[in-house]
Amino acid sequence: MNHIRTIIDKEWAEVFKNRMVILSLVLLPLLFTTLPLVMLGVTRTSGMEGLDAQSSGLPQGFIDSACQGGVNAGDCMQMYVVNEFLILFMLMPVMIPITIAAYSIVGEKTTHSLEPLLATPITTVELLAGKCLAAVIPAILVTDLAFGIFNLGLVLLKVSPVVRAYIGGPIWVLGIVILGPILSVIAVNFAIYVSARVNDPRAAEQFASVIIMPLLLVMFAQMAGVIVINVLSMLAAIALCLLVAFGMLHLGTLVFDRENILTRWK
Amino acid sequence: MIKTQGLTKVFRTGKKQKIEIKAVDALTLTVMEGEVFGFLGPNGAGKTTTVRMLTSLIQPSAGQAQVAGFQLGKDDQRIRQSVGVLTESPGMYERLSAEKNLAIYAHLYDVPDPEAAVTKYLGMLNLWDRRADPVGSFSKGMRQKLAVARALLHEPQVLFLDEPTSGLDPEAARTVRDFIEDLKGKGRTIFMTTHNLDEADRLCDRVGIFQQKLLALDTPENLRQQLYGRKSVFHLRLLAPEWPAELQKLPGVKAVEVVNGKLVVTVEDPERDNPDLVRDLVARGADIQFIGELRHSLEDVYLEMVHSSEAEQRK
Repeated sequence: MNHIRTIIDKEWAEVFKNRMVILSLVLLPLLFTTLPLVMLGVTRTSGMEGLDAQSSGLPQGFIDSACQGGVNAGDCMQMYVVNEFLILFMLMPVMIPITIAAYSIVGEKTTHSLEPLLATPITTVELLAGKCLAAVIPAILVTDLAFGIFNLGLVLLKVSPVVRAYIGGPIWVLGIVILGPILSVIAVNFAIYVSARVNDPRAAEQFASVIIMPLLLVMFAQMAGVIVINVLSMLAAIALCLLVAFGMLHLGTLVFDRENILTRWK
Repeated sequence: MIKTQGLTKVFRTGKKQKIEIKAVDALTLTVMEGEVFGFLGPNGAGKTTTVRMLTSLIQPSAGQAQVAGFQLGKDDQRIRQSVGVLTESPGMYERLSAEKNLAIYAHLYDVPDPEAAVTKYLGMLNLWDRRADPVGSFSKGMRQKLAVARALLHEPQVLFLDEPTSGLDPEAARTVRDFIEDLKGKGRTIFMTTHNLDEADRLCDRVGIFQQKLLALDTPENLRQQLYGRKSVFHLRLLAPEWPAELQKLPGVKAVEVVNGKLVVTVEDPERDNPDLVRDLVARGADIQFIGELRHSLEDVYLEMVHSSEAEQRK
């Protein structure tokens, strides 16, 4: 544990002196929090408040799962819009650690600091865990902070209590508290895997960004009404992502083969 | 102590890893406790690969080794805990201060009192006043000194120094060299690779000349003697043409040459044979101005060995 803590401490001391990392920690959450608030502010009065949810023209699957119990068409529309933003909040713990991981891992290659580090008694698992946590923890904290600010914004914008209750409900909680961190672990391990094959932190960041594609696909599929995010689909996504995360952790350990790193990472 | 037996490293490269490159071929040597051992060889000879194997950073393809009493491949973590390594490139965290850099490694090496160790070595290497400055602002020499401090934080029994003075200006190189000389007196086993043969001559108890395989292994003095013998140089006011041939007949004299008007005599034992030579020359009426010993540098020995090895490989 001591070694993991030392690696986290080292990573944070170094990474947070990098302006690019600080910018990614501030700008991305700012954008992803402001955008939904602006959208909700704009769609607050859609003129459908008096109508029944069935007449909202939204996908039936969504109405059946989220707009039962006398929810009016206006609130149902806002809940539907808000669901797109859940993906944005799940993109945050994916995109932020990619910047940190790409810098912290490939950076070690470019500064030749990996060899003295590997010459210490640290185990590969400790090193990998330290680097992974150093990237994942800030991403999760920033996402949670952004989500808190988003909720505060909902109150200030006087968004309907029905919509606020939906955002504080199981789908969002599962998405932000459980799925987000798992996606974050997947993203960091993917960045580690990519960094084993490239030599430049920027290239690693760009390649590793491919990991956001599945999430964007989910977002577009949801917008097109192809899939509906409900508790069941969220639980299925958590189970699938857990499997992928364990696979990626194993792959990350394989890629972090000391000999390979020292003799092939130039 | 370091002990290797047939240590070999083969790298596989190319498509489907079919091309084999033998970086280290059956290295067998013993470095005694408290000894400073110089590992000399041209670029690409396999010196860094050997250091990486002995510090358990990479696994040997064949052979065995014991470092600080631990078996390579079985006690790798203990080996890493017991050795200090100065890598070819200092590899410091440039945005962090010197103090922070050392503190990180003190924790990774599980040093019982990290703060005291950091303070000790920053002071010892004259870096205390710059402890709070980012390493990125340090000169190459200061970074190298910091890397030496990093290698020593956990008081390792065995120290590996890969090109410790490479690329340093003469003053910085001297500081690092003086520090190694200090360490030499403190009973640590030091395994050092270097291109600076004068440095190796001065610092090392024994040297190994290496090019994929060990070409020679002995003290610098013995290597010189083995290769060139011991030569005495006589500066005479006048040199009669028949003297070289006549001196050749004296007991203990192996060869006599005339180089730039000076008589160069290869003898078995200068301490025993030189007085007879002097007596003989004086008896012949020679005016002896000076007598000296012709010393070949370690560089001469090294180049001779490496070139012979290359010529042999070409055959």
